[in-house]
Amino acid sequence: MARIRTTVDGLVYEDDVEPRMLLVQYLRERLGKTGTVIGCDTSNCGACTVHLDGLSVKSCSVLAVQANGSEVLTIEGLERDGQLHPMQQAFHDNHALQCGYCTPGMIMQSIDLLGENPDPSEQEIREGIEGNLCRCTGYQNIVRAVQDAASKMKPGASPTAEAGAKQTVAGGGA
Amino acid sequence: MTTTENAPTQEIGRDRRRKEDRRLITGRTRWTDNQALTGLLHISVVRSPFAHAEIKGIDTSAAKQVPGVVAVYTAADLGADQVQLPCAWPVTKDMKAPQRPALAGSRVNFAGEGVAVVVARSAAIAKDAAEQVEVDYDELEPVLDMEAALADGATLVHPEIGTNANAQWVFDSGEAGSGGSVAEALQKAESDDDQIIVKRRFRQQRLVPVFMEPRSTVVDPSGEQLVMWSSTQVPHILKTMLALTLGLPEHKVRVIAPDVGGGFGGKIAVAPEEVLTLLVAQKLGKPVKWTETRSESLLTAHHGRDQIQDLTMSVTKDGTITGLDVKLLADMGAYLGLVGPGVPILGAFMFNAIYKIPAYRFDCTNVFTTKTLTDAYRGAGRPEATFGIERLMDEAALELGMEPMEFRRKNWIKHEEFPYTTVSTLTYDTGNYEAATDQALQMFDYDGLRREQQERRERGDVKQLGIGISTFTEMCGLAPSRVLGSLDYGAGGWETAAIRMLPTGKAEVVVGVSPHGQGHETAFSQIVADQLGVPFDDVEILHGDTQSSYRGLDTYGSRSLAVGGIAVVKAAEKVIEKAKPIAAHMLEASEGDLEFSGGRFTVKGTDKGVGIQDIALAVFAAHDYPEGIEPDIDAHATFDPENFSFPHGTHLCAVEVDTETGFVQLYKYVCVDDVGNVINPLIVEGQVHGGLAQGIAQALFEEAAYDDQGTLLSGTLVDYTLPTAADLISFDTANTTTASTTNPLGVKGVGEAGTIASTPAVVNSVLDAIRHLGVKDIDMPTTPYRVWTAINDAKGTAGRGDEANVASPGAGLGSTASDISKGDTQGGHL
Repeated sequence: MARIRTTVDGLVYEDDVEPRMLLVQYLRERLGKTGTVIGCDTSNCGACTVHLDGLSVKSCSVLAVQANGSEVLTIEGLERDGQLHPMQQAFHDNHALQCGYCTPGMIMQSIDLLGENPDPSEQEIREGIEGNLCRCTGYQNIVRAVQDAASKMKPGASPTAEAGAKQTVAGGGA
Repeated sequence: MTTTENAPTQEIGRDRRRKEDRRLITGRTRWTDNQALTGLLHISVVRSPFAHAEIKGIDTSAAKQVPGVVAVYTAADLGADQVQLPCAWPVTKDMKAPQRPALAGSRVNFAGEGVAVVVARSAAIAKDAAEQVEVDYDELEPVLDMEAALADGATLVHPEIGTNANAQWVFDSGEAGSGGSVAEALQKAESDDDQIIVKRRFRQQRLVPVFMEPRSTVVDPSGEQLVMWSSTQVPHILKTMLALTLGLPEHKVRVIAPDVGGGFGGKIAVAPEEVLTLLVAQKLGKPVKWTETRSESLLTAHHGRDQIQDLTMSVTKDGTITGLDVKLLADMGAYLGLVGPGVPILGAFMFNAIYKIPAYRFDCTNVFTTKTLTDAYRGAGRPEATFGIERLMDEAALELGMEPMEFRRKNWIKHEEFPYTTVSTLTYDTGNYEAATDQALQMFDYDGLRREQQERRERGDVKQLGIGISTFTEMCGLAPSRVLGSLDYGAGGWETAAIRMLPTGKAEVVVGVSPHGQGHETAFSQIVADQLGVPFDDVEILHGDTQSSYRGLDTYGSRSLAVGGIAVVKAAEKVIEKAKPIAAHMLEASEGDLEFSGGRFTVKGTDKGVGIQDIALAVFAAHDYPEGIEPDIDAHATFDPENFSFPHGTHLCAVEVDTETGFVQLYKYVCVDDVGNVINPLIVEGQVHGGLAQGIAQALFEEAAYDDQGTLLSGTLVDYTLPTAADLISFDTANTTTASTTNPLGVKGVGEAGTIASTPAVVNSVLDAIRHLGVKDIDMPTTPYRVWTAINDAKGTAGRGDEANVASPGAGLGSTASDISKGDTQGGHL
């Protein structure tokens, strides 16, 4: 067992974990953060994507012990005071989800994508979310949602959106 | 709770954003694997690595010593080898149905079949201990090739049934009286200088549905009713089948499908693991969970497609089809799934497609092999048929020297000919193939792309352009119960809905269909809002729990709206009917003077009225209501459709094929679909997008390939290559509308249309790009390796041996062992 201390969605946790425990297992099984899901066992699907110190990671490819001392942001920590993150709102507005299983990972990855490239082309979006599989939507509305969020998260686009954008770039947390 | 004075805006037809989304985009989800119950135990299934083997012994002693392990069971310990998992579709009277156990007893029949189960306090411990279970196998010959399996002396998958043939199902229009005899038509064509005969063999490769949420089941046996949560499309069927299969009293079982992350047919099942979870929970008296890994899912959840199609068409030289003969071999895998043997049979009604074919025969033999069983996958039988006929239409046009769209136009049913009874005995109610095609051609710039194609040919560009067509229809909205009865299906095709009008005027609508991504909560709320004249937000759709929704036949076959949605309409009509005498009483008017509109009963010619939501409160109080009626306006309705639903459309695909690498890049995709009246255009468009992606994936990317020992080679998402966002393009979609005349909303199904239509459009376009180089056909998926090989074989410069035998297991997939042994390393796509 190894002792780890992490901040997850703004709360501090200390736990003893098996060294082999994956971050996604720690989130789901120990913290009850079941918003983050597991879709495969080969790190192909990206359903488990979260932010680790502000960058997207597939939480099935990170050991819980590697998150020691780090800040983790999951889909459950995006909403602020009942206000959806602009990316969440854009997924809703553009019908970018059907069954919703890939959605948490897809949203977390899309936010990371805009952190790196605030004004991506369609092809850049398609390549930026290539590591996240969706079986329902054919990706078309996901691409639209990311474009929509990008336009709303541009500096000066709107006060609330800008707050969301800053929060993202800072890596979330509380 | 009072309704507005003015009639609310019409909800049907609005692009309402989905009610379902809020939880899903914030992570407040209830997937089955999220269930955490006190004392919950976890199971892991020990699986056979061999496709066909006798089990000589199982040593569980080491596994039992692992700390945290509660029990290790073999089949005999649980009686799991005595279980007969159900097949609800005995397609013929003499169909051969082997026993399908929940765990193998003495013999395994596919790689991945369960042989033992470990129960532990955590999933990780259960998996660790499962690796400690020692199983002694004696390998048997695998059975992998359908044609070889049917030959005399073939190794039998199930020796006890004496054959590898499951059933043969034949339809002959001459015998049915719906058309002529194909044998005669083909004979006549052979001796007729004005006719040609076109024969082709096509391969429908094996696919895996790959829903994103792996399957999971939790069983809690501690209450009076045993509760099963399961990631299923069919909670009602599962409940009844568990009762019938295990001898449980049906009223002691409750099945809940909570949030379900996709299905595509892959979760229409009574899975062995669902039964195992239940048996273990009963034995230990503790709640138990099973959640599969993705690799387990690819290996053991049912597969789809997998047919060899031998097609023969006779056609006059001026392009009029005179006969169509279809001979299929359909791979069932090792056992029969819930509806597996019926899946290829659905194709019997669809090979004739949108065309007027005077003589038609369909002959399908289902075959057992030692592979994972096949069952419904998005489209179920219709994609296979549509692929066959739409590929054959191109081949026939080619031999006739006709433009492929002109050949189709010459043979399809004209819009003024509806309703039209086909040679396979279905009556298509409405459609307009000309309108959909004209719009698609215009959106696509068909003539412009043909010019560009010609220019690239003339320049000899490395990247050649190909254009492919698919003009399709399909039968969905499963299904009229009497028709299902005539096909020996084990259940009806009706659907049920109930409306509960609450005292505050809100409506709870209980439906028997069971969504897993389709958006039922939104679409059905729109329907109820219009029917009852209540606000959209005042409607809650309840589903997926047999305790609240006790009657239903669940979701598959694009039936939820065309059947389930109509049950909702019928229930709403009954609510209004029940409310009418109460309204009359409240308004001191006679029922005959009342009219209902916008949620209010009004007395004709006056401004007196009462809202339906106020009536709900009045019957709750029940202080004053007419004699002789119950104080209740709730209603329950069951709708049995009179016909299938026949969406149709024209799909046009352009691809660029790199003639140096064989890489296929989508260039443009246009589809115009007629799905009848649209409840929510946003949801319809989403269904089309997703359907297209899956159909395109069959054409270009996906295959469940086995090696010559029967081992699944594409057992992870590294090897089973789902398309990513970067593999696809944005599709141009549109709708034409001919309202269905067989249901009051005029709707048709949409869930499977994109998948059914797109595959042949893509393959036709790939071939169209390189046919001038001498390429005649390429098996799906048309990976770069296959396209490159086909081009080089056509040039006569490849030197890579004979073309792969398409019927052999795993033939031709870039990454198979046989290809690698030829010294080629260009596998897979991308």
